[in-house]
Amino acid sequence: MVFSKKPLQFIIAALVAFFPLISIANPTGDSTHVAVEATHEVASKSHEAHGETANLSEEQKADLERKAYIKHHLMDSHDFTLFTYGGEEHPKHVGFPLPVILWDGGLHVFSSSKFEHGEAVAESNGNYYKINHHDGLVYKTDADGNFTEDAKGHVTNAKPIDFSITKNIFMILVVGLILFMVFAGLGKSYKKNGSIAKGAGRFFEPIILYIRDDIAIPNIGEKHYKKYMSFLLTIFFFIWFLNMFGLTPLGVNITGNLAITASLALITYLITTFTAKKDYWGHIFWMPGVPVPMKFILAPIELLGTIIKPFSLMIRLYANMVAGHIVLMSLIALMYTFNSPIGSPLSFFLAFVLSLLEILVALLQAYIFTMLAALYFGAAVEEHHHDEHHEAAHH
Amino acid sequence: MEIPKIIGAGLVVIGAGIGIGKIGGSAMDAIARQPEATGKIQTAMLIAAALIEGIGFAALFAVN
Repeated sequence: MVFSKKPLQFIIAALVAFFPLISIANPTGDSTHVAVEATHEVASKSHEAHGETANLSEEQKADLERKAYIKHHLMDSHDFTLFTYGGEEHPKHVGFPLPVILWDGGLHVFSSSKFEHGEAVAESNGNYYKINHHDGLVYKTDADGNFTEDAKGHVTNAKPIDFSITKNIFMILVVGLILFMVFAGLGKSYKKNGSIAKGAGRFFEPIILYIRDDIAIPNIGEKHYKKYMSFLLTIFFFIWFLNMFGLTPLGVNITGNLAITASLALITYLITTFTAKKDYWGHIFWMPGVPVPMKFILAPIELLGTIIKPFSLMIRLYANMVAGHIVLMSLIALMYTFNSPIGSPLSFFLAFVLSLLEILVALLQAYIFTMLAALYFGAAVEEHHHDEHHEAAHH
Repeated sequence: MEIPKIIGAGLVVIGAGIGIGKIGGSAMDAIARQPEATGKIQTAMLIAAALIEGIGFAALFAVN
């Protein structure tokens, strides 16, 4: 019997694509406490603005609730909540607490279960801390957990320095561990089998070879590519795995966090700067082959360009992932917006198609980041023989 | 202050859209002429598209 693997692949792809639906379409938990709280805040603010009582219709309230829910999903949190059920009066959270580490004139370490999902005031060595519902940050408060706000609505409470293992950091550690286990195991299996791919290696080998042969060597060059390979492979698999975890029911949004993409871009920038050859700096400060007045004009532009490059890396990854999450959740929210028999299948179909697209985007963004990093490294180590030629001709 | 911002971002996004559209169209033409160079053309297309996309996102962030 001829057995084709094609259907199996489709089933696996479909299952992966369904994951976000399971995690995000969670009707009973849809109105979590945070979402409701934010709705009231928004309602009271609009009431102040119009100078009349909060007479929002049910529809508007539901709309605000949805927006608040999406915003909440995109934020980092101090505990790992998989889903919530039980309605808004008695919400039950399924998940586990994470350690909170604060520096506030001394080290404060306690479990995030003390916050009771942002509702209670946590006490540690005589200091009181509470999570603000707006920005999800920990502030120092009095024993009752009151926040003071300025005219613009910004919290003016003292803020301790937060080193907590938050949800995002927890997932980064998990992904780091997975990467280490997979690739350390792969290295061992290659040693044992005499450089023949086996098991997971059959899946990863073509990808690794692709990064080497089609990203690193053409962009950086045969001579220098080896010292950058470890970074390029790490960053590719790290971003790809994190992006894929963003599509699972864990409900994490790690690469959609500006701080994380910023640090990835910063590492790229530092490597580019510190491994750059003479020619790279020559091209920035004293562009060869142009008239002298132009050299003075080009120098600041080129210098700015070195900072804009990693900046665009940071923004691109962040914006792509955030946009993907927002659109996906908005499509699922269509179900509630329509509130009719047509809404559910429509939103289900759209979200399913978009999930498939997001799997592609997860891979594409990892590829683009790696590709552009390789391009920047290539520019840093490039040696311009033809330029030296020009200079020699001038003398 | 809100409306000019939004219009400006809209213009930038239109520009970015035209840019990415042109890149995609040219890549299609190139692939049709030289199907054996598909891989190289796609890589170059993706890089150029990603660079323009960055400008579009920057505009969206300016509005935010």
